Amino acid sequence: METALNWEIDDWSDRIKTEGEKVIVDAGGVHYRTLNEKVRELANQGGKFIELRNINGQRYLGTGINKKDVKIIIHGTPGNDLGAFMDGPRLEVFANAQDAVCNTMNSGKVIVHGHAGDVLGYGMRGGKLYVRGNVGYRVGIHMKAYGSMVPAIVAGGTAGDFFGEYMAGGTLVLLGLGGKPEERIVGDWVGTGIHGGVIYIRGEVLPHQLGKEVGVLEKIPEKEMAELIALLKDYCQEFKLDLDEILEKPFLKLFPFTTRPYGKLYAY
Amino acid sequence: MKMIQPDFRIEVDQDKCRKCGRCVFNCGFGALELKERIISDPEKCAGCHRCVTFCPEQAINVELNPLSFRPNDNWSPFLIKAIYKQAESGGILLSSMGNDKPYPIINDHLLLDACQVTNPSIDPLREPMELRTYLGRRPEKIDFEKNNGGFKMKTQAPNTLKVEVPVLFAPMSYGSISYNAFQALCMAAKELDTLMYTGEGGLPKELYPYGDHILIQVASGRFGVQSEYLNIGKGTQIKIGQGAKPGIGGHLPGEKIPRHISETRMIPEGTDALSPAPQHDIYSIEDLRMLIYALKEATGYKPVCVKIAAVHNVGAIASGILRAGADQIYIDGFRGGTGAAPFITRDHLGIPIEIAVAVVDQRLREEGIRHLGTIVAAGSVRSAADVVKLIALGADAVAIGTAALVAMGCHICQKCHTGNCSWGIATQRPELVRRLDPEWGAERLVNLVRGWEHEIKDVMGAMGINAIESLRGNRERLRGLGLDSETLHTLGVKAVGASMG
Amino acid sequence: MNRSQSYDWGMHNPSGCGISSLMSVKKNMFRGHLVVRSLDNMVERGNGLGAGYAGYGIYPEHPDHYALHLMFEDEDAKRFTEEYFSSHFKVFDDEPIPTRPVPGIRTAPIFHRYFALPKEESLGNDASERGADEFVVNRVTEINTNIKGAFVVSSGKNMGVFKGVGYPIDIGHFFELEEYQGWCWIGHSRFPTNTPGWWGGAHPFTMLDTAIVHNGEISSYGINRRYIEMFGYRCTMMTDSEAIAYLFDFLHRKQRVPLPLIPAIFSSQFWNNIDMMDEEKKKLHLTLRQVYGPALLNGPFAIVVGHRNGMFGLSDRVKLRPMIAAKKDDVLYIASEEAGIREICPEPDTVWMPRAGEMVAGFYEEGLQ
Repeated sequence: METALNWEIDDWSDRIKTEGEKVIVDAGGVHYRTLNEKVRELANQGGKFIELRNINGQRYLGTGINKKDVKIIIHGTPGNDLGAFMDGPRLEVFANAQDAVCNTMNSGKVIVHGHAGDVLGYGMRGGKLYVRGNVGYRVGIHMKAYGSMVPAIVAGGTAGDFFGEYMAGGTLVLLGLGGKPEERIVGDWVGTGIHGGVIYIRGEVLPHQLGKEVGVLEKIPEKEMAELIALLKDYCQEFKLDLDEILEKPFLKLFPFTTRPYGKLYAY
Repeated sequence: MKMIQPDFRIEVDQDKCRKCGRCVFNCGFGALELKERIISDPEKCAGCHRCVTFCPEQAINVELNPLSFRPNDNWSPFLIKAIYKQAESGGILLSSMGNDKPYPIINDHLLLDACQVTNPSIDPLREPMELRTYLGRRPEKIDFEKNNGGFKMKTQAPNTLKVEVPVLFAPMSYGSISYNAFQALCMAAKELDTLMYTGEGGLPKELYPYGDHILIQVASGRFGVQSEYLNIGKGTQIKIGQGAKPGIGGHLPGEKIPRHISETRMIPEGTDALSPAPQHDIYSIEDLRMLIYALKEATGYKPVCVKIAAVHNVGAIASGILRAGADQIYIDGFRGGTGAAPFITRDHLGIPIEIAVAVVDQRLREEGIRHLGTIVAAGSVRSAADVVKLIALGADAVAIGTAALVAMGCHICQKCHTGNCSWGIATQRPELVRRLDPEWGAERLVNLVRGWEHEIKDVMGAMGINAIESLRGNRERLRGLGLDSETLHTLGVKAVGASMG
Repeated sequence: MNRSQSYDWGMHNPSGCGISSLMSVKKNMFRGHLVVRSLDNMVERGNGLGAGYAGYGIYPEHPDHYALHLMFEDEDAKRFTEEYFSSHFKVFDDEPIPTRPVPGIRTAPIFHRYFALPKEESLGNDASERGADEFVVNRVTEINTNIKGAFVVSSGKNMGVFKGVGYPIDIGHFFELEEYQGWCWIGHSRFPTNTPGWWGGAHPFTMLDTAIVHNGEISSYGINRRYIEMFGYRCTMMTDSEAIAYLFDFLHRKQRVPLPLIPAIFSSQFWNNIDMMDEEKKKLHLTLRQVYGPALLNGPFAIVVGHRNGMFGLSDRVKLRPMIAAKKDDVLYIASEEAGIREICPEPDTVWMPRAGEMVAGFYEEGLQ
């Protein structure tokens, strides 16, 4: 019985080939530590376009590459913590992603042509995460923003409970595309603990689904609508979707009532 | 000759005092007088701080009388004075509120666990945290039948009482406390969606609208028990005993029985309301079963709670009570409060509620009958920490008496039995009663329980628990610090340092 | 088993870890190394101190005998246990469980398997299948509690559990799992936080045909344990996962709670959601929670349970642990990570993330749910 993951790669030359400006790496069966070391090495040597093939479960792809002009294409399901603590690169996944994508990401862009798991964008501080399909639980938990650093997550399908939990800043968008009619677009406890940032949901959310700190607006102010449209235009471009079709259905805006929701909770 | 010197001394700063007379007016004990200046009669002072609270100039203070006996670890001033009083009167010395003597407090030797790394704590502010509790008997198992591609229950749904927070208001009779205090408890129970017990003084007709949050007591004196009364509550409570005075009956002096109490209790004005020690139709456990079912028949089978004091054989008693048909067991520990009790009974009888809960919970599980009823624990529940620990030991819910009165202004001066409560709580004197605004009292009670609710949720979250049934009886989350091994074994709790498993 | 001092650290072993499982509703067979490979892909989820597998359908020559997998610390324990067997069981066949030396595993207990039925005369009144099951459960509990150095790893029919201290690939290699074929395999790799691990402490935990693997640590363990011990079960293995196995056996086999209602007990709906249900459903859920409150599993968990009729997966009520399911033709996969599934099934027909407290189940010959 052979192990699924090799730590030692004696000869990378079998696995790496160059096609124009693209460096293609066969990552099949390579342990994440060895693989990521190689990818960082390629990026540090000036490589700007890297394609990883036969990925399956390797964690931390993109982590530690702090360059804005690096593009990495990923074929196969990446492991947890895709783009964790990342600062700059563009990652594009042609498969489903797992948990903790964009964990505390500083900047960059991550695009997932599939669904993604739980705890996406935990503490995300900047950059963009676009997921074509459904997302799991606790998406956008404790996202932050400051000045011009405003992170954004756009998910094309449905989301589980605790969407936007404890948000302190940033933009979270849920489109509900391709969902079954009896399916809810989002779970319970939406925006629980939110005290900054904004959530846009393209579908119905009932009052009992909302955290107690959440306010709802059906009519979105013009300036904010323009910002949302700009974000969606970029999203649609990445996935070749029709922006007008998406805009046909109205959005709800969910926002925090106050920046200090627990002011009265403590007695001194 | 005054053999017995006053317990307290009243200090008036005559420079600050502006002789407004508020203190004189406020004192229910007649300890102050205004002549050219405020004069005090310290013998009458109960140490209730009403004067201090209402003085606009903070010119008055109450302190312990510094007059000292020679230090003596054996003959305490309390014991010496008790002998002086008995030598004078030849009577039984009465007190109020709960046991104040320095027995070890088990809850103060229990510490709670918290989750780290291997198990996350849960965020009570942002994620669900359930305190809802259903009190009463459950079936041992559920029978199912198929129905429309799903399942239906063949078994009857249990006849339980729902409370949104496992903190109830202990029975304190209308008579031992004022109408306004009693009303405040009813209002708060409704606001919090919890339950209050009437105590043996019955329920005034004006408060019948609160019936959905009240459990009616049937005690040995059978005060005010008629059929409308029986049916107005969500259930009934049979009082066998009380933590502060196991084995003896209630005592309401004639001074505390004006017209309205007379009407509610259905006894003549001015007589003493002495509850007999035993219920005269319960001399043995099978008699209890007869009374329980009599009440069930009379009320259309509403749940019946039986209240007992925590005594040595509490495990066997509790088992017998559940098998006799009770849906709830209310256990009152030896530190429980009272409106009047002899010192000797209050201070020397009974066992701690922590032990009683642990013993009863374990015993019922061993007999396989834990599902027959729920355990309500009382007897000096002083804080949210006490609540959490008692539930972890095995209680389904707790009841607060003293804590509720303190929320309304009580200073535990232990003079309830005199009926002169300056705070309008343990008195029937109309001029004192009107000082306690029921709405204000209810608001303070609601604040107290809500504050505890937040604290309970906080520590449950720290323990990684989001539903209280996972804390109930989960002694694994407790550790004992400074308790002997016998006590630890009885509690079913490990000593600090032991890990899980 | 009364574990000897070398293993008895008096310490609790919570279970942080990884799960992988697969079953064919048509009872098509797979070799055991598949699930091993899947776990190996997720090896980061374990720390090498425990791994284990349950295989169903692996003993076609003994379809109706209880396949008792025993673990012995020494020959004495084996002897005592065999003496005990002779008074209670008719043993049709027995042999050492084949193992091979593996560099990652330095010391290992003795493994032996017995294909047996309860002795007719020992069964007493109840000679039915239920009676025989109950008899076996009691004998297993007695061995585990009273015979020093002996431990029953599994006691189901035509199934068996192989587990120990080591990485998934090492344990799979050690037990020669590629030699077995089964229609359902459940695997687990462990990350115990107390060292060293005890071979019996690895997952799966079993009771007759039921095998459970568990990722997470339940904060309600103290009351779950006290509750289940009220009904005669004995928790001897210092881990919360054991209590879950017994709770499931109690609820499903003894209390006859239908399988689809198990999530309503283990991962109960919140009261607020129950309040909003329609009358019949509300009554049912209110009663289930009130009666079985002490069986609620609080804290993070993802479990996969194999049983006589199929397999199911379930996560906790607020989804604190991951779980992914996939289907391809007649096969259901449940694992902690999608990559673990794709390691052995690169192109599933569908892949989805089950919701918190939602059971994912497959039943033999009845189709997938």
